[in-house]
Amino acid sequence: MAYSFPEEVLEHVFSFLSSDKDRNSVSLVCKSWYEIERWCRRRIFVGNCYAVSPGIVIRRFPEVRAVEMKGKPHFADFNLVPEGWGGYVYPWIAAMSAAYPLLEEIKLKRMVVTDECLELISKSFKNFKVLVLSSCEGFTTDGLASIAANCRHLRELDLRESEVEDLSGHWLSHFPDNCTSLVSLNMSCLGSEVSFSALERLVARSPNLRTLRLNRAVPLEKLANLIRRAPQLVELGTGAYSAEIRSDILLNLTEAFSACKQLKGLSGFWDVVPAYLPAMYSVCSGITSLNLSYATIQSFDLVKLVTQCRNLQRLWVLDYIEDSGLEALASSCKDLQELRVFPSDPFGAEPNVSLTEQGLVSVSKGCPKLQSVLYFCRQMSNAALISIAKNRPKMVRFRLCIIEPRAPDYLTLEPLDAGFGAIVENCKELRRLSLSGLLTDRVFKYIGTHAKKLEMLSIAFAGDSDLGLHHVLSGCESLRKLEIRDCPFGDKALLANAAKLETMRSLWMSSCSVSYGACKLLGQKMPRLNVEVIDERGPPDSRPDSCPVERLYVYRTVAGRRIDMPGFVWTMDDEDSGLRFS
Amino acid sequence: MEGYSRKDEGCHQFLDLIPKQREWFVKREEEKTSNEEKKLELSLGPPGGDWTITDNNISQNTSRNKDHDEYLLSFGYFSNNPCSQNPVLRSPWPKHGLVPVMNESSQPRSNSIDVGLKSSEKKTFSPAPAANTAVPNISSAHKRTAPASVVGWPPIRSFRKNLASGSSSKLASESTDVAPNKVSDQKPTENCPKTLFVKINMDGIPIGRKVDLKAYDSYEKLSYAVDELFRGLLAAQSDSSGDEEGKVVGGLLDGNREYTLVYEDNEGDRMLVGDVPWHMFVSTVKRLRVLKSSELPTLSRGSKQGKQLSIDDSHK
Repeated sequence: MAYSFPEEVLEHVFSFLSSDKDRNSVSLVCKSWYEIERWCRRRIFVGNCYAVSPGIVIRRFPEVRAVEMKGKPHFADFNLVPEGWGGYVYPWIAAMSAAYPLLEEIKLKRMVVTDECLELISKSFKNFKVLVLSSCEGFTTDGLASIAANCRHLRELDLRESEVEDLSGHWLSHFPDNCTSLVSLNMSCLGSEVSFSALERLVARSPNLRTLRLNRAVPLEKLANLIRRAPQLVELGTGAYSAEIRSDILLNLTEAFSACKQLKGLSGFWDVVPAYLPAMYSVCSGITSLNLSYATIQSFDLVKLVTQCRNLQRLWVLDYIEDSGLEALASSCKDLQELRVFPSDPFGAEPNVSLTEQGLVSVSKGCPKLQSVLYFCRQMSNAALISIAKNRPKMVRFRLCIIEPRAPDYLTLEPLDAGFGAIVENCKELRRLSLSGLLTDRVFKYIGTHAKKLEMLSIAFAGDSDLGLHHVLSGCESLRKLEIRDCPFGDKALLANAAKLETMRSLWMSSCSVSYGACKLLGQKMPRLNVEVIDERGPPDSRPDSCPVERLYVYRTVAGRRIDMPGFVWTMDDEDSGLRFS
Repeated sequence: MEGYSRKDEGCHQFLDLIPKQREWFVKREEEKTSNEEKKLELSLGPPGGDWTITDNNISQNTSRNKDHDEYLLSFGYFSNNPCSQNPVLRSPWPKHGLVPVMNESSQPRSNSIDVGLKSSEKKTFSPAPAANTAVPNISSAHKRTAPASVVGWPPIRSFRKNLASGSSSKLASESTDVAPNKVSDQKPTENCPKTLFVKINMDGIPIGRKVDLKAYDSYEKLSYAVDELFRGLLAAQSDSSGDEEGKVVGGLLDGNREYTLVYEDNEGDRMLVGDVPWHMFVSTVKRLRVLKSSELPTLSRGSKQGKQLSIDDSHK
């Protein structure tokens, strides 16, 4: 069949396939499809920057326009990956700057990006349009200045949750006066004040600006002026939302908001003063996404705002909303799909708010479209989990963090096995799951039996033997990422399921019972896995083979071992490395 | 981490103090052979008892703050809590009840700082680490370390922690002019942040760390914490005999010791830690570094208060 079409026709057909998965399937059909597909692949996604090398990617896909890539393991978000571990993007940028002069988009997550990288990006790609740095680090506002100064066609600059060293707020002034292409600017992570006049001029000359997320240093008094210049905004992140209470500021702000007819998303709200919230009531009916996770105000004020947003689909909020607030949410916001409730006082010993499992149960009952949950709370029961599972069988992401590790069902003092078991049994579409609370191996049996679509699983302080891990690895056929900390899982389960690891993107195990000897064996047995031991106590071979390793990170790769390992990372294939590269 | 169940030996490997290292090995091996014991440990895990402590003072405190918040702006808290440098004022509720709990279950943590908490508790149990200071909102001003917390748990992004508490000092001082006068004389550094993580590196140690400066309220405590942080690594590196460990870092602020703590301030200048008042240090510090004293220029401490140290920095 491949012969019956000219290449151009096939290329055109392929161009309608946007998902990576479909493109991959196409390229497996036959050699000629593989050839045709690789020449017309414009976007690539690399889920682990060490799973492949820049050279391999460039050789196979010569005409890429957009690259998305991830670096460090997810647990890096929680300070479990020592600084200096790796995830450097420079080798990629250097290789791509030579191979992809037409590159337009770079999206990075959890990678180390230096100013040198940013400068190289800004000078190498003439038609560069989109830079998204999500949870990245290693660069300063000087690097941003080169992006601003040199990328004449920049549409999107998004620094979400990156750790930027703030040298000066003047980087914003480097956008040239004829830069009018900006569609999205997210600088909410920056600490220092930006040059406000530069910001105002930039906003004023960007007729296509849809997303603007300010940082905390932008005071409320300036907000009205800014949004007045951009009434077309769809997403707005405010700066600090506080000021001395003056009716002129309030009036001014109210007017400015009322002109923003397209607003769908609101975030920011640092230091929010509730008295100023009515200024945005006029846009609430259009809001679908509300991030109040920095809004430290009481339930009463939160509820007043949230219940105005009748079309809300996504809500991020602190636990100040309390059970009663969630109940109000459940009865007002029938389109809610995603709920995240963060703890305001995660390290406190006692609850500081009245937020329990009940709030989540209410939302699961009242919001028929709910499919994504991240919920921090201090007590949970099997009964609550079972009713959540029954209420929302279409749940896709369910992450529950009971703050006290190994907390049992607070009513029965039983493990929460049955509750999480009900979640995996009822929610057939579940793709992401985080467990917490007291759990035995039984819950992993349920997971292995039922969670057939599960792709990412996070486990902490759970299980009681190798059997638990074995159930997961042998049962969850779609599993791609597994991260485990502080569980008594060890060598047997790992080695028995070694082949499974090649089908996954990565496995993280810290403070578990995996011995150094098992790591070595795994590395030797599975040449396409990089088995990396992270141990800050010094070389693991200075200890007995039976000694458990601090942290283990295993991932499949076609690039061989990485060469940028710091002194506390060891890779487990030394003896056989010669064979591997032959 | 078994450490959760209050067994020091379980937590080790993440953490801290290598002085115990040799013990761990032994313990680890024991663990392997004694699964039963482990199960027992696990099932005892949840220190549920700690949970049930209720503290009336705290709830009163909270509701008082809430009331306050309704009419006050973001500084509202401070009129209640004027001085977080003063431990007595800072923690108006009885704290002592907690001490035994913390000591018993306190738990080495890895990369960050909290190691220091533990140690400072050991020494002079200060009522509350600075992290517990006021927050400009209804959130518990009375934050305390949960019994037996560990690194990375609960799983909240370090970014969120930093941002929630925020870019703080500068902002606070800037917004003072719009805040009610009655609070304007409060120190801005006490306004928002619950945490302030800065990077710290040490000569000869490849691994950087982060320390939460808000967890300390004096140079002395910081020094001690840094000492704790690196002592284990140094000991591990030198692989020396047990008795050497104690002396390793010593009082970092004492110019006669082997190591000296310096920092880079917000203007990129390198300064000696200890030269300026603590709160000024906290509001300007960008990163910390532990240098071998022998590589410092012969500058006596304090001689150039607030000035840059002219070190030729070859340690980057």
